[in-house]
Amino acid sequence: MTTISSASTAFSGDDPRNRLFGPVPDVAGERGYGEDHPPRVGFFTDTSVCIGCKACEVACKEWNTLPMDDAEGNRAQLGLTGASYDNTGMLGANSWRHVAFVEQSRAVDLPMPTVGAPGSAGGQRPLADPPVVHPGVPASSTTAEQSAPQQTTSGDREIRWLMSSDVCKHCTHAACLDVCPTGSLFRTEFGSVVVQEDICNGCGYCVPACPYGVIDQRQDDGRVFKCTLCYDRLTDGLQPACASACPTESIQFGDLDELRARADARLAALQEKGVEGARLYGHDEDDGVGGAGAFFLLLDEPEVYGLPPDPVVTTRDLPSMWRHVAAGAALVVGVVASAFAGRRR
Amino acid sequence: MKTWLDAWPVVRQLTGEDRSGRGDAVRSRRTDTLTPRTATADRVVQSVCPYCAVGCGQRVYVQDGEVTQIEGDPDSPISRGRLCPKGAASKNLVTNSTRETRVRYRRPYGTEWEDLDLDTAMDMIADRVIRTRRETWQDEVDGKRVNRTMGIASLGGATLDNEENYLMKKLYTALGAVQVENQARI
Amino acid sequence: MPQQDLANSDCIVIQGSNMAEAHPVGFQWVMEAKARGATVIHVDPRFTRTSALADVHVPLRAGSDIALLGGLINHVLSHGLEFREYVTAYTNAAAILREDFRDTEDLDGLFSGYDPGKGQYDETTWQYEGTSVTAAAGQRQAPKPGASGSAGGGQPGSAPDAEEHSEGSSEQAGSGGMPVGGKPQRDETLQHPRCVFQVLKRHYARYTPEMVQEVCGIEPAVFLKVADALTSNSGRERTSAFVYSVGWTQHTVGVQYIRAASVLQALLGNMGRPGGGILALRGHASIQGSTDIPTLYNLLPGYIPMPHAREDRDLDDFVAEASGSVGYWGNMRKYAVSLLKAWWGEAAQPENDFCFDHLPRLTGDHSNYTTIAEQIQGTVPGYFLVGENPVVGNANGKMSRLGLANLEWLVVRDLQMIESATFWQNGPEIETGELVTEQIPTEVFFLPAAAHVEKDGSFTNTQRLLQWHSQAVEPPGDCRSDLWFYFHLGRTIREKLAGSTDPRDRPVLELTWDYPTHGPHDEPSAHAVLREISGTGPDGTAVSGYTELADDGSTSCGCWIYSGVFADEVNQANRKKPRTEQDLVAPEWGWAWPMNRRVLYNRASADPQGRPWSERKKYVYWDEDTGKWTGPDVPDFQATKRPDHVPDEGATAEDALSGTDPFIMQGDGKAWLFVPAGLADGPMPTHYEPAESPVPNPLYERQANPARKELRGAWNRANPAMSEVFPFVVTTYRLTEHHTAGGMSRTLEYLAELQPEFFCEVSPQLAAERGLEHMGWATLVSARNAIEARVLVTERMRPLRIAGREVHQIGIPYHWGQNGITTGDSANELLGVVMDPNVHIQESKVATCDIRPGRRPRGPALVEFVEEHRRRAGVASGRLGPNGRAPIEERS
Repeated sequence: MTTISSASTAFSGDDPRNRLFGPVPDVAGERGYGEDHPPRVGFFTDTSVCIGCKACEVACKEWNTLPMDDAEGNRAQLGLTGASYDNTGMLGANSWRHVAFVEQSRAVDLPMPTVGAPGSAGGQRPLADPPVVHPGVPASSTTAEQSAPQQTTSGDREIRWLMSSDVCKHCTHAACLDVCPTGSLFRTEFGSVVVQEDICNGCGYCVPACPYGVIDQRQDDGRVFKCTLCYDRLTDGLQPACASACPTESIQFGDLDELRARADARLAALQEKGVEGARLYGHDEDDGVGGAGAFFLLLDEPEVYGLPPDPVVTTRDLPSMWRHVAAGAALVVGVVASAFAGRRR
Repeated sequence: MKTWLDAWPVVRQLTGEDRSGRGDAVRSRRTDTLTPRTATADRVVQSVCPYCAVGCGQRVYVQDGEVTQIEGDPDSPISRGRLCPKGAASKNLVTNSTRETRVRYRRPYGTEWEDLDLDTAMDMIADRVIRTRRETWQDEVDGKRVNRTMGIASLGGATLDNEENYLMKKLYTALGAVQVENQARI
Repeated sequence: MPQQDLANSDCIVIQGSNMAEAHPVGFQWVMEAKARGATVIHVDPRFTRTSALADVHVPLRAGSDIALLGGLINHVLSHGLEFREYVTAYTNAAAILREDFRDTEDLDGLFSGYDPGKGQYDETTWQYEGTSVTAAAGQRQAPKPGASGSAGGGQPGSAPDAEEHSEGSSEQAGSGGMPVGGKPQRDETLQHPRCVFQVLKRHYARYTPEMVQEVCGIEPAVFLKVADALTSNSGRERTSAFVYSVGWTQHTVGVQYIRAASVLQALLGNMGRPGGGILALRGHASIQGSTDIPTLYNLLPGYIPMPHAREDRDLDDFVAEASGSVGYWGNMRKYAVSLLKAWWGEAAQPENDFCFDHLPRLTGDHSNYTTIAEQIQGTVPGYFLVGENPVVGNANGKMSRLGLANLEWLVVRDLQMIESATFWQNGPEIETGELVTEQIPTEVFFLPAAAHVEKDGSFTNTQRLLQWHSQAVEPPGDCRSDLWFYFHLGRTIREKLAGSTDPRDRPVLELTWDYPTHGPHDEPSAHAVLREISGTGPDGTAVSGYTELADDGSTSCGCWIYSGVFADEVNQANRKKPRTEQDLVAPEWGWAWPMNRRVLYNRASADPQGRPWSERKKYVYWDEDTGKWTGPDVPDFQATKRPDHVPDEGATAEDALSGTDPFIMQGDGKAWLFVPAGLADGPMPTHYEPAESPVPNPLYERQANPARKELRGAWNRANPAMSEVFPFVVTTYRLTEHHTAGGMSRTLEYLAELQPEFFCEVSPQLAAERGLEHMGWATLVSARNAIEARVLVTERMRPLRIAGREVHQIGIPYHWGQNGITTGDSANELLGVVMDPNVHIQESKVATCDIRPGRRPRGPALVEFVEEHRRRAGVASGRLGPNGRAPIEERS
């Protein structure tokens, strides 16, 4: 009888096809999908163009028929959280998308008013952008904004109202999946991580395993739920519901490689304009989860958005843990054996 | 040859490529047969969002006579398939159990709603229009011909279709009702 | 302008609109423009989700927009930044005014012609010199569609207009172009001291950056930033757009707000050009349609005015003056006769004036709030509420409930059990004891309505685009479409009246009312109704457009501006050619009135010689080879009229327009910088304080709009200006997560949970001053009522320095009521009813109030609490008589 043990290459971290951290070129391929499986897909959420409308939250709930609840997951009582316009609070069993709102404000020095020669001071720009009314001129998606996104001068203040739609990261190394004892959580052919509702027995091991606190148990049900990247829609060639609703393309769905390239270009454009604080989050394949299938362009530290600054897959140390467990088990066996031995005496 | 044994995850795990049982090997029967309800719809009907005046295109998926999904119409040059949270909640709007689907009637000085048959309600309303029109009819005001009633007023919402507004204005005007107003005033 | 055209803008000023929140999907085009390098400016009292994505947010005091816009006009004129060639050719800048015209600068806030007794203007002195136009009184009947349209641009019909404003003396309908009886004298150098250009310059000379600061609270540096962005992005090579919503219309000077933007945009040459113009963002799926095919008291379909009571008035009199004038309104008889034929068919014959006397007559203002005041008097027994929830959505919700309580019968048609249907059961006055359920006589019929997917029909969106929605499923239970309801109600009434010989019943019995029906509920055919709207010719087939209509009764058309929507017997509104198969103009998606034109006045996108102003802003232009106007859009001009065309002496209607008259609905074909006739409150926008303001008007002795409409009684008391009892400015608004009066959002789980409680937004400074705690409760009180709300303290709200003092502003979303999944007090309880004189829209966007920590009193104590505030503010009592009745004390 074959058993999976700590000695198995699957948990040693040494097998290039079964690593628990670091880059993985083909996550679905490693999970047994043949060579013709579709490319890995994911989300690039560009928070710099998010308008905080929450269409993603509603479209997700409509498609996945999720229950209504308050920020604490209670269905009976609805109430304000007081955290700006965020009344969802966090990702949970019933909220697979969550738009965070962060208000920031600082005073600025206004320049002395200048009268005369209007139009000369900074307003003129080269006539680079073609009009788009004519056939054949495609709608462009350049990055020529005049100022930092989501940052606005407002009288003698500068206000930033950061808005960001959070979602399950569909990690390259998904701890939830690694710890699931029932095979309910699985890696799809698209590289996403999905809970199988018909298998989940509500053990809840995955809940503390998630470094982002995403996966959650439904109170009256016991089973865990989270974003499926609309797995059912993907099988039919559709986009996830949230991405198809998003009015400003803040949520972009697509092949992960392409999204990464798009994100790099967007970041470079913002950095070129001197947008302080712009950064990608979950984009780096060398990070603690091997890069995320859902990554973000943020305008401030991750903590500001309620995201962990340096998430690490909780199973990263599993091989050494297994070794410790094995040692511990041996010790227990020894103690128990000696106890019996003693009794025998 | 496939046998029932091949469907057993452990067997798949051991015999397939997914040796650690975290992917293909653990797919459940439900997972394998998942189909989006958009794919099984009997028909898809093009519509327009009923909330604000942006006029986003919607696609309405219908199965067995029920609306199963409403989402943005990517063909629309105005919305390009996108919807706001209200538009995205359109299925909820249509299929919500909180919707009233029966005529309710409150008699004068009544303290509770009562049931009323739709045909009876229509007949009663027609009688009241005719009675009020007769009772409040004005041929002239200050010696000038007016041909109207100031006893019947109407306030319409601005989610009325053009065709509905048209029949309303046509009927009211023929009845001589002039206090016909709309959200557009507000 | 179409929403997509915003992508072509180089600068977008969103003012009086919270576009990202109220029109999120339309906002994608602003984001598109921004990505292309456009500057986005948001002018708003609050920092909103729109501000967050703008380059510049300009906080200003609610109700001060004309001072800012006037400041921008002054900036343009005093620095010579106007697009001179455009202004000279396409506006009335060169027209010379009469000698006896007096400006507000001369009369301390009044224009010449004001009658203090009536509170109204006589427009005689506002006319051009040398034209035969006298006061338009009694002459003008033809409005043109749209308040902003009269400015020479903007969105036609974007506010209900065509308002009789001097009752009993004028049939002046709307703000439309007046008939010009002869060419005005012009000075093409724009130097004549009485030419419009110079008059405008003097009128705005005191609207300096410093004055803007004093009125609006905008720092001069910020003002100049806006001025610079706007002017440097206008002209030959660049265009700028304005976007507004009810943040402009809901004021006692609402029409003049839009006029001010129109003047500015005409001066900058931004009208009729790609990426230019004024976009009115309307808030409901077919509110534009509800104005075009109006369920409005003063209009017939297509902005034809309802006739007023007048002796010896026949159809010829009704249209006579208009049919002799210039522009498309010159054809009004064709439109009117075709409408009468559509309604009364065979009965409408030349001998009986095409049943013109079947139309009821107006005798003054019969608008929404006046009707409610009369309901409270018990003189309006019957009322239909059709998809409308006025006790939450109207200003002064209590006033609306008192009206409902004094009806004989009420029909409510809605998807949900809205507050307007349950006022007798759980309205706030039941709790206070001001109304008693057992004493309310109103008989209430609640009839459930069909949703949009349960019926066929067309919506007209904010850019005049008709889009068809097809029925997907049958409505459940007793739910029926409003089309079904009105068709079968009319059918039943006609059956009951059949055989009547009473002449009063003739208009009902002779009505054409034989629409085909189908389905299990005998649903009338919406296609057939749209075909009737579009019109048919002498042979009974669909006409291709309004140019085919005749005035001899041989054609029929239910709404002339929609004529052609069923051209070729095809429902053009149902065209759904995918965007990927068309260009950005997308002329084969739906159908835009008139004649499928997407950008109005687009002849102005070419110079007077017919050439594009620039390659970058090329749109519609003259093609000498084909002898036609051409471009990606349908030219909004006679297609073969040469740019150098000079009309014959004696030409009428559109034939009287020259090749350089792009504003074809105007009597003179020009954009109006100055309105010589048609407005109730002045020919040029002027800053007046809101009816309720904490500060004096720094510009004039005259505090508020002298022509504003008042309607007073115990149920609608006013907060005195500069009252210490009501020291704070309050403004109302929408949230993305909810819709208007809440019937379509508070009842839905997925929306209710996103904004689950009524709240108010205050600055940290005001919170400190009044002891308000974040997430605590606050009570807000005005002379109307008191409400409670949870407090959100946010730096997005900020006090402004106005005239040496700190002015605090409070924001309250207006979606809540007693029913639904999320419940709360209604913001509109706080607001009074005081109205714009042109369109009778209430001032919902600014009022005054007090705010205190803690919850409001309950029961009768609430009445006493508000009464005590009235007493302290020196306001008359608000106590009501039995069943809430109280007389109308004042109406103007």
